[in-house]
Amino acid sequence: MKYSHHKLLLGLVLLPMVSCIGMGTVMASDSDWDISGNAALQLRGFTQDTLWPEQNTSDAEVSVSGEWEVRWRSEEGDQRASFIPFARWDENDDERTHLDLSEAYWAYEGDEVELLVGIDKVFWGVTESVHLVDVINQTDLVEDIDQEDKLGQPMINLALQKDWGLLNLYLLPYFRERTFSGIDGRFRAPLPVDWDDAEYESGAKDKHVDFALRYSHYFGDVDVGVYYFRGTNREPRLELASNGRKLTPFYDQIDQVGLDLQYTKDAWLWKLEAIVRDGYDESFMASVAGFEYTFYQVYESNADIGFLMEYQYDDRSSHEPVTTADNDLFLGGRWSLNDTQDTAVLVGVVVDKKTSETFFNVEAERRFGDNIVIELRARAITNSESDEQLYSFSRDDYIQLQISRYF
Amino acid sequence: MAVERIKSDIFKVNKMKQQNIFSATLLAVMSIIGSSQLLISPVQAATLEQGSPEEKGFEIAARSDRSDRGFGDSEAEMTMVLRNAAGQEASRTMRFTTLEVPDESVGDKSLVLFSTPRDIEGTALLSHAKMLDPDDQWLYLPALKRVKRISSRNKSGPFVGSEFAFEDFTASELNKFSYTYLKEEACGDLQCDVVERIPLYKNSGYTKQISWVDTTDYQIRKIEFYDRRGSLLKELKFEDYRKYNDAYWRAHRLVMKNFKTNKSTDLVYGEYKFGIGLTDNDFVKGRLSRLR
Repeated sequence: MKYSHHKLLLGLVLLPMVSCIGMGTVMASDSDWDISGNAALQLRGFTQDTLWPEQNTSDAEVSVSGEWEVRWRSEEGDQRASFIPFARWDENDDERTHLDLSEAYWAYEGDEVELLVGIDKVFWGVTESVHLVDVINQTDLVEDIDQEDKLGQPMINLALQKDWGLLNLYLLPYFRERTFSGIDGRFRAPLPVDWDDAEYESGAKDKHVDFALRYSHYFGDVDVGVYYFRGTNREPRLELASNGRKLTPFYDQIDQVGLDLQYTKDAWLWKLEAIVRDGYDESFMASVAGFEYTFYQVYESNADIGFLMEYQYDDRSSHEPVTTADNDLFLGGRWSLNDTQDTAVLVGVVVDKKTSETFFNVEAERRFGDNIVIELRARAITNSESDEQLYSFSRDDYIQLQISRYF
Repeated sequence: MAVERIKSDIFKVNKMKQQNIFSATLLAVMSIIGSSQLLISPVQAATLEQGSPEEKGFEIAARSDRSDRGFGDSEAEMTMVLRNAAGQEASRTMRFTTLEVPDESVGDKSLVLFSTPRDIEGTALLSHAKMLDPDDQWLYLPALKRVKRISSRNKSGPFVGSEFAFEDFTASELNKFSYTYLKEEACGDLQCDVVERIPLYKNSGYTKQISWVDTTDYQIRKIEFYDRRGSLLKELKFEDYRKYNDAYWRAHRLVMKNFKTNKSTDLVYGEYKFGIGLTDNDFVKGRLSRLR
């Protein structure tokens, strides 16, 4: 993102604040419109010096983000539309300063059929530590390295709801490139990824029309989803650019089938996700399986404590896009106070069983008053050797404080 | 993450009545009651008076339950006001929709959609109620656009930080309790039957409840909740009853007071809408991402 865009973006970040205060009151009387949003201040403190040359050496990073949500529903209730721009400004990394349309669609709903045209986000899957089957939206990696933030995907989505389940057909006419940190940013490889200059297997490049068909339903205590996807891989291979100073993302065409299953019994959730992908030069499978068990009202308090365990497996070769979730064990704990402020803490650790490379993650959040949420995060990587997957990020341990105001 | 705990049959509170299946042991009792309903007369009423306290307690609960049959579907906005011991308030707003399920062997389907606090706006909970089996529940987390099937085991835990436990919202499902008639006494301007009821479902936080059911409109006016040690824990009052379609009573203000913590929670309902033409397809997990 060019520097001259910063003022524009900052304006867009501030737009939700101003417009929601003003328009929220005006629109409140009209039930067909809903306007909301949030603005957030994010402070990151890094505990180590940078690893790669030309990274910004500051150990603090300030950024602000804003999201503006405009929703409309017709008087009859059978049509709706949504417009949700998101923007972030980051003081250190020009690539992290970015703008996205999370949603911008129109949809018609019948009793059994829905047609949606425009930009939307879709989530598939059941596990917590990695989202293997979730394939429609591109990852917004500059937002967060946990890959849970996504970019809006242009689509035509036809849904058919029957008593035997839900069928979703997706036509995805335009491809979104994965975002990567810029040369100044933390969380990057030895060389920056030039993601504005991506290459594709398909001659249609980012205009290739991708396709997905998914069936989902539940049978008693078992929830199931299966799908077939054909199109541009959301994960790029990173190749050295001809000038040797950058990495170029290369997006292959893939065929992929995926399965997600959850068995819910008593306080147990048993989960499985699996994919088979015909990728660059081979077919491979990957899966993640595990459980979540919750102790409710521990020690006669209102708090719940949940324990999570998942095993990640991936047998892809080194020719495929790199994954960290190839032979890893995830252990996690979730502590929910169930108080008025919805205070909750999530602790997780992912250990590579072969290399012992370890990723720690702590997330805590609490609401203050009616509209302010404060979130604290800490992340660290240990036992990472120079030939391992997370080594590039191994000096990017950080603590993050985020204050969000909702409108 | 913060909204994981939003799981309950809460929406049932907006009807506080339930279609039900009669357990085998109670079928005989019910057939007597059924015929008495057809040919109600002072003689037969007197006959019932002479039944055992268990039979009479069940009859009072069943009569209250039947008064709500055939409502079809309903929708209402609700504000929940949480008050701590110091009197500080916090509030949540949500919309409830309920679909009456004709099959009496299962409970109704219901949906709650949160609009405030703003950070959980769009969070939704879908529930397919059962009788003594755990309900099927799905939670929608709008930040991730994720639908998650959740455990419904947590009967006695607090619902969204309130003094209402999850099980309090299914409290009037007839066959979730056994009943014993205690006495008749005045309750405000009305006369009430006082009935003790003991949860039959697993994982309840209560050893017993005492309910006051008026003898005019057969509606619940008050419930006392006794904890696992048998001491009085909470009191729930049902106020501002209004009649819809000349048939269905709905309380528009529910006040729950916790005697142990001195906290309280009020549920304040707006106007109910009935017969809005909802179908099973409005109560499926695939619908949860399309509610707003």
